[in-house]
Amino acid sequence: MILTLLILILLIGGAAAWAAERKSPLWSRGIALGAVTLDLLLVVGQWAALRHAPEFLKPGAWLVETRAEWIPQFGVSFHLGMDGLSLLLLALTFFLGALSVACSWSEIQKRVGFFHFNLLWVLAGIAGVFTALDLFLFYFFWEMMLIPMYLLIVIWGHERRVYSAIKFFLFTQASGLLMLIAILTLQFLHFKQTGARSFDYSDLLNVAMTPRAAMLLMLVPEASLRFAPVAMALGVVGILYGAILAFAQTDLKRLVAYTSVSHLGFVVLGIYSWNAWAMQGAVMQMICHGLSTGALFVLVGLLYERIHTRDLRRMGGLWSAAPRIGAMAMFFAMASLGLPGLGNFIAEFLVLLGAYHVSVWMTALAGIGLVGATIYSLSLMQRAFHGPAEEAWSFADLSAREWAVLGAMAAALVWLGLYPQPVLHAAAPIVESLEKIGSALPGFFMR
Amino acid sequence: MSLLWLIPALPLAGYLALAFGGSRLSRAAAAWIGVGSVGLSALVALGVAAQFIGTPPAGPAFHQTLWTWMSVEDFKPAIGFYLDAMTVVFVLVVTGVGFLIHLYSVEYMAGDEGFRRFFAYMNLFVASMLVLVMADNLLLLYLGWEGVGLCSYLLIGFWYKDRVNGRAAQKAFIVTRVGDTAMALGLFLLVWQFRTLDVQQLMTQAREQWRVGAGMATAAAALLLGGALGKSAQLPLQTWLPDAMAGPTPVSALIHAATMVTAGVYLIARTHVLFELAPAAQLAVAIIGAATLLISGFSALAQRDIKRVLAYSTISQIGYMFLALGVGAWSAAVFHFMTHAFFKALLFLGAGAVILSLHHEQDIHKMGGLWKRLPLTFWTFLAGSAALAGLPLITAGFYSKDLILWSAWSSNAGGPALWAAGLIGAFLTALYTTRLVCLVFFGEEKGRVASKPGWRVSAPLAILAALSIVGGFVETPRALGGIRWFGEFLRSALPAAPGVEEAPERMESAMMLIASAAALLGIVLAGVLYLGMPRVVEGIAKRAWGAAAQAFWLGGWGFDWLYDRLFVKPFVWAATVNRDDFIDSAYNGVAAFFSLLHRGIIRTQTGRVRWYAAGVALGAVALMAIVLWVR
Repeated sequence: MILTLLILILLIGGAAAWAAERKSPLWSRGIALGAVTLDLLLVVGQWAALRHAPEFLKPGAWLVETRAEWIPQFGVSFHLGMDGLSLLLLALTFFLGALSVACSWSEIQKRVGFFHFNLLWVLAGIAGVFTALDLFLFYFFWEMMLIPMYLLIVIWGHERRVYSAIKFFLFTQASGLLMLIAILTLQFLHFKQTGARSFDYSDLLNVAMTPRAAMLLMLVPEASLRFAPVAMALGVVGILYGAILAFAQTDLKRLVAYTSVSHLGFVVLGIYSWNAWAMQGAVMQMICHGLSTGALFVLVGLLYERIHTRDLRRMGGLWSAAPRIGAMAMFFAMASLGLPGLGNFIAEFLVLLGAYHVSVWMTALAGIGLVGATIYSLSLMQRAFHGPAEEAWSFADLSAREWAVLGAMAAALVWLGLYPQPVLHAAAPIVESLEKIGSALPGFFMR
Repeated sequence: MSLLWLIPALPLAGYLALAFGGSRLSRAAAAWIGVGSVGLSALVALGVAAQFIGTPPAGPAFHQTLWTWMSVEDFKPAIGFYLDAMTVVFVLVVTGVGFLIHLYSVEYMAGDEGFRRFFAYMNLFVASMLVLVMADNLLLLYLGWEGVGLCSYLLIGFWYKDRVNGRAAQKAFIVTRVGDTAMALGLFLLVWQFRTLDVQQLMTQAREQWRVGAGMATAAAALLLGGALGKSAQLPLQTWLPDAMAGPTPVSALIHAATMVTAGVYLIARTHVLFELAPAAQLAVAIIGAATLLISGFSALAQRDIKRVLAYSTISQIGYMFLALGVGAWSAAVFHFMTHAFFKALLFLGAGAVILSLHHEQDIHKMGGLWKRLPLTFWTFLAGSAALAGLPLITAGFYSKDLILWSAWSSNAGGPALWAAGLIGAFLTALYTTRLVCLVFFGEEKGRVASKPGWRVSAPLAILAALSIVGGFVETPRALGGIRWFGEFLRSALPAAPGVEEAPERMESAMMLIASAAALLGIVLAGVLYLGMPRVVEGIAKRAWGAAAQAFWLGGWGFDWLYDRLFVKPFVWAATVNRDDFIDSAYNGVAAFFSLLHRGIIRTQTGRVRWYAAGVALGAVALMAIVLWVR
């Protein structure tokens, strides 16, 4: 029930925020912030309540589950469930969601209500994706969040926003379509084997265990495993290629975006190394990347709000104008290059440690990515904040609201860097069950 | 031992106070916090050391575990501290010398607009360095390791408005990170083999499971060595240190001379068991040390910037420490680390005093005759120089360097070639040190002394000068009393070099005389050349070969030139060429193709019926043709 509630709060909150604009934009912002914060509190409350429960550490168990018939003819049901991994990702989503409402507070002035409607509906879609146990429902949420996302880009984006929005939509549609084909194939195979129609995750998981399906599909763990060496190589290429592209950019936001490519390469490498260390690292990286890159995007946004450019060639020497923004940027740049003591280090260390057990050479190559991360992070700092000022910038330093947003993200990264155990603890069961699947299918690891 | 955590926590608290206090703090308050936190930390360290000596721990060390950092499967590194005899030495030097340099900085940085930021970074550095030397496992050590790297970067680029400083700072961080990546791979290897990074457990298990010369041991030692080479600026990763002199001079003294750059020495000494199991890696340490000390000795001889002379000298002296490590003389390396920290910090601080009083002049050819104007700076600088040059009998540097040379000769892992390299290095050291003193303090006066140092500058100089003289009497050759306090103190942590104690005393005395002669020869030769016959020096520099050698050495043997062409330029080129990501252009190509098609088809929509009719007819003919053809 709580899972349905989480999604409903966002859907209704979004609609209410839209409607409330007539009264005052401030109401829209307040309602949106309230709705996301409520969700965050609910998830954290669940975490606190469940973390000592016996099923919290049991592989394959759902901590919370909701199920209702939806389209019985096709075997589609409204089936939501939450395990440790979904819990972590929900907490991250709502944390960042609340912060993004907060940091849009003054930046968004156009159609405030509709903005928050879209934002909250995107969040609702993401929450659905992280909890859906029916693959049809999963696909539904997956597609549902694309539309408000498209609108966010096209209405509130900056230069070339229509181009970007269309490109975004086409890419996600095309890849979503591939996934849909995979889901339908699984459903079909399940029907042929059992005579019953179902889109349920656990049913389709059993189908995918059969070799024929596994060869066809990359959607579910068993199949993924066969694909592991290729995927690891893709991860490594992503790490290195993203780092080089990030370094080459002259637009600050594009630079940060390419660092994401590099960071997510670690996630791919971690997942397909298929052992507890690397997969724990991958989970950790998803969270810490969300925080550190999210914070860098916030910084890009608040700089743009002040100097109306993202062109690094026009920046330089911004530290003198706004030392607090500079210090925050330094902090998150350091997180981004994997400085020990911050969460990203734990993530990358665990990923590489796990990958080392599978392939020394891939790990060594990915390790070069650490040097690459150093180069792009330092180059970001140098070009934006250090050096002589290219133009006589003069603008306000961090406001209290912005300080609170970035401070919360920084504090979270320090916490994850020095005491990551709560996250590792929550992700342990899912990692363990994945490992079991891996050990049932030997011979696909590299070495 | 429940107080251990306070030693790094105090400077860390100082950092936090300065970072969050920011401009709300007055300069005086910032100075009190900055200097006070390190001072308190030094006091706690002294108390802990006193207890270590007075009531020694049951095992070889005090141990304190704060919490389990993370726990994945059976890998459970802790946030925990370990304090054995070697750590005691490092902690005392870091906090003690660190305190003096902080005190000095209050005066040196007095007029700087980034005063609070400076002390914040310096405190963070001391905290990280203490974590590095006190960590009970290699992962926590790595945290300190990267932390000091960060502070080094921040402080080299402290005056960030100048692009040159930013460049030097980035270079330092990136070059050391190359080494750090090798070290990280070493850590993965160790976890893979032993499921732990706890240093003591690692050493025990390595000794049990690996035989001498095992491939795994060699790989592990070589990867850790990679990290050490980066941090300690040894061949081939030495290029960042001379440029690091862009930072404020107290930074050069603390980070780039006395403490951080010796982290590699600490790491190798800490994991000496691995190196004992990997004779090939250990030999590499010795050869790299010997080569580095020679190369940078020559470079120091050709520099014009007072700080760059000292920077190359630092690389060279760390080369000596590596030489000692390479021949298994672990405690000799730590001994030289300690005396070097005293005299090199002193020399940098003295250089800072000179630079400050000459309006930021750093070219030694524009200095001269300062001994009358700055007497205290002169006398203390002289003491430091004597120690660096290894002036026999009365300086600390003589005793520590002599021990290294003697070990290089007599240790089972040493030999005449390594010893000869060290001996030539000793001669070079004496030569460039004396040249520096002659050019700066003697000869005609060239610059005008604008100001004289106050007590905050003078007191650290005096204390360090005293230490540079007496700091060596804790370990002397047999002919000079045979004091063994230092080595004995470290024995619980570091074993004696094999073969050194057994070697005959007469040989030791003979070697000592040869080393003394080399140092004296260097001093006298440089004195005669630069004071008595400057024409001869100028003559050599004017000859073609003299000028070429000078340019080659001035540029650090062309390493920067080589790396620039080998790595930097290709990387920048590849990145710039592909700025718009060729993969993206493939997708855009698809889009462009369809929009072209779209525009082509639009052309047919003319609205004229006869065109449409013609189209229909043509289509019908084509269709029929196909049908006929296929049949």
